[in-house]
Amino acid sequence: MAGVADAPGTLSAGPLLDVQDLHLDFGGIKAVDGLSFSAHDGDILSVIGPNGAGKTSAFNCITGFYKPTGGKVLVEGNDITGARPSAIAARGVSRTFQNLRLFGELTVLDNVRAGMHMRMKQNAFDALLHTPRFRRSERQATEEANHWLDFVGLRGDRGGPARNLPYGEQRRVEIARALALGPRLLLLDEPAAGLNHGEKLELLDLLRRISALGTALVLIEHDMGLVMQVSRRIVVLNFGKQIADGTPEEVRRNPAVLEAYLGKDEESHADETEVPHD
Amino acid sequence: MTWNRKKAPTSADTPRARVLNRLLGERRLGWIGLAVALLAPFVDASNYSLSVLTSAALFVMLAVGLNIVVGYCGLLDLGYAAFFAIGAYVSGVLATTYGWSLLATVPVVLAAAVLAGVIIGGPTLRLRSDYLAIVTLGFGEIIRITANNLDITGGPSGIYGIPGLELFGLDLSSPVAFYYAVVVIVALAVVGAARLGRSRMGRAWRFIREDEDAAEAMGIHTYKLKLAAYIAGAVWGGLAGILFGAQLSAISPQSFTFLWSALILLAVVLGGMGSTPGVVLGAVFVSVLPELLRDAADYRFFVFGVLLIVVMIFRPQGLWPSQASERTPARRPEVQKEDAWQA
Ligand SMILES: Nc1ncnc2c1ncn2[C@@H]1O[C@H](COP(=O)(O)OP(=O)(O)O)[C@@H](O)[C@H]1O
Ligand SMILES: [Mg+2]
Repeated sequence: MAGVADAPGTLSAGPLLDVQDLHLDFGGIKAVDGLSFSAHDGDILSVIGPNGAGKTSAFNCITGFYKPTGGKVLVEGNDITGARPSAIAARGVSRTFQNLRLFGELTVLDNVRAGMHMRMKQNAFDALLHTPRFRRSERQATEEANHWLDFVGLRGDRGGPARNLPYGEQRRVEIARALALGPRLLLLDEPAAGLNHGEKLELLDLLRRISALGTALVLIEHDMGLVMQVSRRIVVLNFGKQIADGTPEEVRRNPAVLEAYLGKDEESHADETEVPHD
Repeated sequence: MTWNRKKAPTSADTPRARVLNRLLGERRLGWIGLAVALLAPFVDASNYSLSVLTSAALFVMLAVGLNIVVGYCGLLDLGYAAFFAIGAYVSGVLATTYGWSLLATVPVVLAAAVLAGVIIGGPTLRLRSDYLAIVTLGFGEIIRITANNLDITGGPSGIYGIPGLELFGLDLSSPVAFYYAVVVIVALAVVGAARLGRSRMGRAWRFIREDEDAAEAMGIHTYKLKLAAYIAGAVWGGLAGILFGAQLSAISPQSFTFLWSALILLAVVLGGMGSTPGVVLGAVFVSVLPELLRDAADYRFFVFGVLLIVVMIFRPQGLWPSQASERTPARRPEVQKEDAWQA
């Protein structure tokens, strides 16, 4: 199953994220059926598979939104299986959602400040009395929120409600919010969905810049062009089962993958997506 | 899942409304509101008007307290009068039976309000938010029925002879002095609630209201924060209860019926959930309007009801809806060069 050579350059002891034989049943449906993979510092790993393969369910198990029916999830060696999402986030695991989950009525800046909740140093008394500590932490939060919005290249209005932004911009805000948490591991669920060609190119660049920060990335993505360009390793799911795990090259040639995606006869179309052929 | 999640686009989005709100600014509005409250007795200082004004001020305090729970955090509380009752009874019993000054009862009322908040909120806030509405509705009735049946609370006839307010040797029991004392205390309560709303905790409450899962994903322990909102609401309600007892000098179970909870909630919804100016306006509206309609005699609650319906039709978001807007310094977001990629 797993057991592919680790990404180069990892000298640290254990993996950052270690998913061991994860299972999740919904009544009769085996949404995740024995998933194992690990991610190390600085990794970029993709989880791919047809719709309904169990990718989002796996993310939800890792981040605590679903309780796995079997298996374990370790973050830096700590067993976090079944912990509540906020406790997992406190371990430096951040995520975005497949269907945008912004705080639509709140300002774009406030959305990003959400990521800083755990780090802001102020309590209720500071807030009631507007102590210097309160003012300082608010000022820092605003600066930092602007920094992350710059980082993701947001162009729209930051002082207005997030729902007023166009779709592509909202996606950026969601990533900025996830980054503001200061994660060691960032899980992105279909970040390119609904983006146009130009936006996808910017996303590719953004993913590389996030990786350069030292944050490990795990992404679910359907855009094969993007996946093949950015991933160091790819895990392939089908009907909850892990059918491949390897480098983009290995996965591209894997017959089981081709079959899952295309049926037996049409192997040559594997990477015919909206890839920038540069 | 939360009952108030979906919002229709409103006039609050129009550029004009945004400019207006920014021009006025919450702080300036607060000063205007305070000035109006302080000057009102100069227009009419009859005992009747002072009592209406005092009630309105207390109603404002209740509404901003409930607004923490309902407006900020999105939790539907249908029994808010219970905390009001707890405050009034705890301080009333201590003041009449044990001869405490009202000021001395404050810490006990705070403790009782927090305890009640934990007992009711603790188990229910773990469940889906819909359950809270039902449990709080029951809680409101339980508190009232308990007060009706205990000896120490005076049973159905309640408590008499609650002393007036005396702060640091200053007798504030005359209607005018009491009114001014209430205005100052309520002003502090309004500012306090608004400040909490604009803090780390207040933002977390709004995140929960908007999307509980996304809030959790950001490391916000949603259960603890919901409990904090519920307790904060309890504290505001309990403190208002002390003043209520001092104003009337007598309280009974009939003072804390479901109608009270409903009217406070109405003030919040009518004014604009989550919006401090809106909720203050809503509270004044709901408490003063029936008095202004006295001439309509038997029809006054009918007219009141019709007016409410009219407001909700024309301003479904409330009289003064909350809206997300903050000043951002003019900045040039670094423009990404797409050409670089196509080259
Ligand atoms: N909350 C749920 N309740 C019941 N079934 C679910 C739930 N979430 C996902 N599933 C089922 O689990 C399977 C995997 O879904 P999902 O993880 O969303 O797939 P993917 O993200 O790979 O498209 C599907 O058959 C889906 O219908
Ligand atoms: Mg999915």
